[in-house]
Amino acid sequence: MRNITLTQALRETLDAILERDPSTFVMGEDIGIYGGSFGVTRGLIEKYGSERIRDTPISEQALTGCAIGAAVAGRRPIIEFMFMDFITLGTDQLVNLAAKLKPIYGIPCPLVVRAPTGAGRGYGATHSQTLERFFFGVPGIKIVAPSNATDASALLQTAVADNNPVLFLEHKLLYPIRFPFPDELPPPMPFGQAEVVNEGDDVTIVSWGYMTALARQAAAKLASLGIGADIVDLRTLAPLDMETVITSVQTTGRVILLEEGPKTGGVSAEIESRILDEAFEYLEKPIRRLASPDFPVPAAKSLEAHCVPTVDEIVACAQEMIA
Amino acid sequence: MDNLLTSYRTMVTIRLFEEAVERLFLEGRVMGTAHTCIGQEAIAAGIAAAMEPFDAMTSTHRGHGHFIARGGEPKRVMAELFGRDTGYSHGRGGSQMMMDTSIGFYGANGITAGSTAFAAGLALDAKLSHSPRAVISILGDGASNQGIFYESLNLAALWKLPVIYTIENNGYAMSTATARGLADTCTADRGKAFNIPGVSADGNDFFAVRDTVRGLLADARSGKGPFVLELRTYRLSGHSRGDPRVYRTREEEQEAWRHDPILRMADALRERGATGAQLETCRQEAAATIQDAIAFAESSPAPDAIGFASSLFA
Repeated sequence: MRNITLTQALRETLDAILERDPSTFVMGEDIGIYGGSFGVTRGLIEKYGSERIRDTPISEQALTGCAIGAAVAGRRPIIEFMFMDFITLGTDQLVNLAAKLKPIYGIPCPLVVRAPTGAGRGYGATHSQTLERFFFGVPGIKIVAPSNATDASALLQTAVADNNPVLFLEHKLLYPIRFPFPDELPPPMPFGQAEVVNEGDDVTIVSWGYMTALARQAAAKLASLGIGADIVDLRTLAPLDMETVITSVQTTGRVILLEEGPKTGGVSAEIESRILDEAFEYLEKPIRRLASPDFPVPAAKSLEAHCVPTVDEIVACAQEMIA
Repeated sequence: MDNLLTSYRTMVTIRLFEEAVERLFLEGRVMGTAHTCIGQEAIAAGIAAAMEPFDAMTSTHRGHGHFIARGGEPKRVMAELFGRDTGYSHGRGGSQMMMDTSIGFYGANGITAGSTAFAAGLALDAKLSHSPRAVISILGDGASNQGIFYESLNLAALWKLPVIYTIENNGYAMSTATARGLADTCTADRGKAFNIPGVSADGNDFFAVRDTVRGLLADARSGKGPFVLELRTYRLSGHSRGDPRVYRTREEEQEAWRHDPILRMADALRERGATGAQLETCRQEAAATIQDAIAFAESSPAPDAIGFASSLFA
């Protein structure tokens, strides 16, 4: 075991994938010589050359469509959107082509779309969004949202081996965090397996990505208050492992759904609906959703801080539910 | 002459297919929507005649003709329109979403310029594989206004990809005449900002299409691509089913019918020595193909209405 950043874990994983599978290549804006806006692909162009570490012009539609074409032709492209916000520009190709290829045309599309998400760096309203909600309702796209380096590595390997379009979310605030990481890469991990990362009997907290890091901090505080939090880290949103969520809810009877992004229309609204469908009789309290206000992410640190659920809010919410 | 007669038969097959589609819609036997390519058959047949089996073609929302010319089976295209399990997409795709990569047909696409970047990806793969494959990416004059087309042109030019963006300039983007929709109506010039050579040809002349495409394919294979090819034509049919064609006059259409590519092809073949009997045989064979296609489609089973949703992923 060693401690490395998410960035380093992703880079090592990409390196291994590129080395063992010659059909893979990485494509995106400033991912070659520059090494990517967040440094994930740094150094790869020296090893694999500019054909496989392919810088593109600022053309999100074309780079997405081009990757889909290469995928259908038998390659395994891994593309990067510099910020997830820019995925809006490539969305037509993802929604109207990539997501339709297998179910409608019967053609596999092995494509991985990496996208740095989230607020917390003061980048402003067009560089800070969490837009997985846009794709969550589009059948045909898998969505992966790891919360730590080992999961990220294991899930990225699975994503590249998958024969479908996979949206791979990397939260910007997780990049510099050091996580325990095995000396050798972890093995690939199947999609659709949530993990209970903290066990407790009093309240279930459902989260993914960076929100799981917050949930863990909240759980530590709650433990000192004598409240046990069961944290379900979803790891993938599509497929969605409701079984693990429901099992936890059956024990605790109380649920907090954590989500970064506006409360209206969030992914957690769907999860809430499913809990009500499947485990209503186990609920001792109404389900609580902690999300962001229905407002674009502001740039000023003081304002931005109000646009993401905080550890204190989670703790307060859990205390209210227990009281 | 045999090849030419085959191409003539293809053109007639496409014409009769599209006429049948319009009739079947009116009769309520086929539902949904379809965009027919009556008047544009020389483009489909000419391009297909120039392509090698290993080449790739991407098509548009108006794609029946391209697909049939490339080797798609009319009966399976028809079955798709009927929503039957024997259709190319098992009834899931309908008119605008069919693909058969085994014959190098990479799909009709319901988003007008939606295949242009995809085609660049196919071409990138060909280039990286050192394959002789070149890609024909077909779009319309209307689609040539979409942003993705320009991003694709830039990418293709930057990476010198073997792709020929082939614009069927049929005068209308649905109801919008090219002069009302394009700041510069010469679609051959659409690649100018990227130093992409633009070529224009008469899209109603089978021979002009075939020979121009053949030359461009050879150039693309030798690394001189990409290219923009404008094929000037006229959509004799309406945009889609139920189009009242209020945006143009019947006189204009009558004038356009005088340049019907099938009549021109028949004349050209006669000049080259084809007999009336040979042409009539082609027509009868095409008619039989369409009759069979309709019978096949109508007698085909409906798709599995319960199990289909479990096949979302590969």
